[in-house]
Amino acid sequence: MAKKYFTEDHEWISIDGGVATVGITGHAQEQLGDIVFVELPSVGASLTKGGAAAVIESVKAASDVYAPIDGEVSEVNSALEGDPAMVNADAEGGAWLWKMTVTDENQFNGLMDADAYQAHIA
Amino acid sequence: MPVAVDVFADRHIGPGRDDERRMLAALGLPSRETLISATVPDSIRLSEELDLPAPASEHLALSELAAMMGENRIARSFIGQGYHGCHVPPVVQRNLFENPAWYTAYTPYQAEISQGRLELLFHFQTLVTELTGLPIASASLLDEATAVAEANGVAFRHHRGQRSEIVLAGELHPQVLDVAMTRAEPIGLTIVPAEEGASIGDKTAAVVIPWPDTYGVYGDHTDTVAAAKAAGALVIAVADPLALTLIEAPGHWGADIVVGSMQRYGVPMGFGGPHAAYMAVSEALTRLMPGRIVGQSVDSRGRPGYRLALQTREQHIRRDKATSNICTAQALLANMSASYAIWHGPEGLRAIAARVHAFAARFSAGAKATGLGARGERFFDAVTLSLPGKARKMAAAAEKAGMLVRKIDDDAISVAFDETTDERAFAQLCAVFGIEPASEAEAALPALRDGAHLMTQPVFHECRSETEMMRFLRRLADKDLALDRAMIPLGSCTMKLNAAAELMPVSWPSVADLHPFAPKEHAPGYAAMIGDLDRWLCEITGFDKVSMQPNAGSQGEYAGLLAIRRYHQSRGEGGRNVCLIPSSAHGTNPASAHMAGLEVVVVKCTNNGDIDIADLEAKAAEYGDRLAALMVTYPSTHGVFEQGVRLMCDTIHQHGGQVYLDGANLNAMVGLARPGDFGADVCHMNLHKTFCIPHGGGGPGIGPIGVRSHLVPFLPGHVFEGTDHAVSAAPEGSASILPITWMYIRMMGAAGLRRATEMAILNANYIAKRLEPHFPVLYKGRSGRVAHECILDTRPLKDSAGVSVEDIAKRLIDYGFHAPTISWPVAGTMMVEPTESEPLAEIDRFCDAMIAIADEARRIADGALPRDNNPLINAPHTADDLAAENWPHPYSRMEALFPAGADAAKYWPPVSRIDNVAGDRNLVCACPPIEALAS
Repeated sequence: MAKKYFTEDHEWISIDGGVATVGITGHAQEQLGDIVFVELPSVGASLTKGGAAAVIESVKAASDVYAPIDGEVSEVNSALEGDPAMVNADAEGGAWLWKMTVTDENQFNGLMDADAYQAHIA
Repeated sequence: MPVAVDVFADRHIGPGRDDERRMLAALGLPSRETLISATVPDSIRLSEELDLPAPASEHLALSELAAMMGENRIARSFIGQGYHGCHVPPVVQRNLFENPAWYTAYTPYQAEISQGRLELLFHFQTLVTELTGLPIASASLLDEATAVAEANGVAFRHHRGQRSEIVLAGELHPQVLDVAMTRAEPIGLTIVPAEEGASIGDKTAAVVIPWPDTYGVYGDHTDTVAAAKAAGALVIAVADPLALTLIEAPGHWGADIVVGSMQRYGVPMGFGGPHAAYMAVSEALTRLMPGRIVGQSVDSRGRPGYRLALQTREQHIRRDKATSNICTAQALLANMSASYAIWHGPEGLRAIAARVHAFAARFSAGAKATGLGARGERFFDAVTLSLPGKARKMAAAAEKAGMLVRKIDDDAISVAFDETTDERAFAQLCAVFGIEPASEAEAALPALRDGAHLMTQPVFHECRSETEMMRFLRRLADKDLALDRAMIPLGSCTMKLNAAAELMPVSWPSVADLHPFAPKEHAPGYAAMIGDLDRWLCEITGFDKVSMQPNAGSQGEYAGLLAIRRYHQSRGEGGRNVCLIPSSAHGTNPASAHMAGLEVVVVKCTNNGDIDIADLEAKAAEYGDRLAALMVTYPSTHGVFEQGVRLMCDTIHQHGGQVYLDGANLNAMVGLARPGDFGADVCHMNLHKTFCIPHGGGGPGIGPIGVRSHLVPFLPGHVFEGTDHAVSAAPEGSASILPITWMYIRMMGAAGLRRATEMAILNANYIAKRLEPHFPVLYKGRSGRVAHECILDTRPLKDSAGVSVEDIAKRLIDYGFHAPTISWPVAGTMMVEPTESEPLAEIDRFCDAMIAIADEARRIADGALPRDNNPLINAPHTADDLAAENWPHPYSRMEALFPAGADAAKYWPPVSRIDNVAGDRNLVCACPPIEALAS
């Protein structure tokens, strides 16, 4: 069973079998409005917790997506490059951004669970 | 009382004396002076009138300037070096360049009322893609030199800053190299000459190929391109666009980026500018492209429409992460160049190019037959002759015969032929060099292109008669709303009158037809005019010296920050690299700071919109000996004269920093306060705002900087003057539009300028007063007054009626207005700046429209109109809507289209609301060739 965490910067990260999947929250896509462009990290890129990893753009805003944990990018959701609107339709499902390895499980301790995130955006 | 018919200030300032009394009465004030003394802090208020010449009438000023510029010597130029004689088609000169419908328009942010110039800019981009063979083109850059610097920046960012070298595969024009060097160093790029391709490696961000080089020679770069590709470096070509009509497009031989100047496409040399530079890139580099891109999208009815695309690349959104600080480009000049290409079509352009080349080929052949060495095998328009020890003498002989050539050094001279060269001039030039002119010669061009596939798009074939061309330009102009139709109350943009008398000199041959590198003795008129401007602008701002070189406000910011950086370095304090910028600053500020190699630290604002002085003091102290500068706009971007400005400047100085004052709001200060007096060390002046240069539909602008004496040594230099650190290609930047500002100051005089400022403040306060019951005024000064602009809070309507600030902006179109600045500096608000030039009747018409819109919103809030089908959300309404059989709205056609009553002079938007999302998801920035359209 995957475990899902959230960041204050509105990323979600779910862990399943040592692989983490990262995306932006439904709340974040709502705030951004119609997404027109997604720039993904390169496979193999090594990410540092809190560092900018991807960019999501609407017509009027460009938002960095930060890595919630340290690790290496193992896969990216290339379908988003051709169809950025997927992020609006399914931010926390099919529109995941990248998958990455987990270097330090302790880093999950600082993240929020679903209830805490709901309280954060309330 | 006798009527003074020739007092220009009375013509420039919109409200008459009676209007002024009525506005003051509405504000409950006895006099203009009571308003000003309540608004402008005493601590900075100027106690005396500026020391400027007494105002001249329009006709006197014109005759003075004509006499002055008449001292310029207009010799036939063969100098070349990036600037070429050309014929401005009279149909373009009169119907576009000298037509206020084109030159008084604003940057096309409000797409629905800008379709005409957007369409022409789209044709410009199509032209550039056709010439370069690359798919993505932008709507112009500032000049060739900055375009090369921008291209280098694209390469640097493409490699995410990991590759730090630019390799030159041949010599660029000296002024281009100089600017590229200036721009490279602060971001950590180095520019190195190629040594037989050996230095291209894994540090190489890009290889720059001059096409041709500064001697006019087209080299064989096959191996260089292959080496660049093998090393993963980008290939940048700097290409002459007239030659490209004949020779193979760089995009077809491996260039990833192509840049150059479009000047010779129908824009006068103008002693250096303005003209448009172009940039085209491969698809992979689209999002790194600097500057405006016009994209095609659809409107809410599915009709095609144009808009500015991918704005998230730009400084107003991305701030210090933007691809460049460029904002204003050269829209008017790009549109002139596009018109030149539409007028001539591909056949005409190729014929002009072929004629130019034939002169060069005949000259080269004649020279060789005479025993003179000519450089290179392949060339287009320029021939470099080897004249050991004789270059100086020959150049002098040519000058004596009324011709200017380019003396490269003591041993070489280069001559460039252009559209204006004729047989007589050719024969005269040959005679100077003792060359027997060849009657014909073989072409010496590099690989040729197939002309049948060049510019096949219909637009380049539909305007061969002047009648068609005239109507084409009129049709486009009619789609747009410019100052010749209505007030454009854009906060922070100062859309004031661009008077006819100010504009007329720009077309004079004595102003337009001078080469920027003509010998100094040919340009005494320019020297005198620029000398006057230097003195006058110093007097107005309180500085010691002004540089006219920066050819846009963004360039002024960059030049000013660079001066500060070099000042610190000269004192052994190169470690000062932190630039404090308030959160309310214009996005260009952080973008410029980043380009100048400074680290941006944001200073907070307080709830009332002022800069948080405690935070400023804390950060100045925290960064201490790393503090380079504060960038501050005054009056603030919130439209308020902050009381603490002197204190802020003192604080920065105490910590060893310098104060950069963003002059965007100078229109609120002229004659009332001087930045140089209250603590600024450097300030740029947007001559296209405060000093009447028109916005041109998105450029040209000019951003000269004034500095205090300690920064004078660090002003931009120029290779032509034997100095360095240039920021623009030409020593005096866009020199040919400086006469506009000269005329304005000469005709207004000190009292007129001060009254203009005071009336700008009165107009803004009158609007604030009238609209406050309907839209809260967000920020005010201590006395409850605003400066020359005011921010109206429209956010309450979002809550009560679901009406967005954008809905209000689009509804204003139905009332015949260009919207104020929206969502800047505060999201969901409107910033209104009427300027002094708007008459009271027009200001009242605007206020009435805003009040009526507030009423419409109220009806939505009350439920009288549905939230999803009302005149605001459906705005703007078009003629098609009116004529449609089906009217699916719960309000009348009259309410939709004539909300202020029937009006024969109504402005009709050609499209309904443009779909921004569709345009950004699917970028279309050029018309495909006819073959692609057919398939």
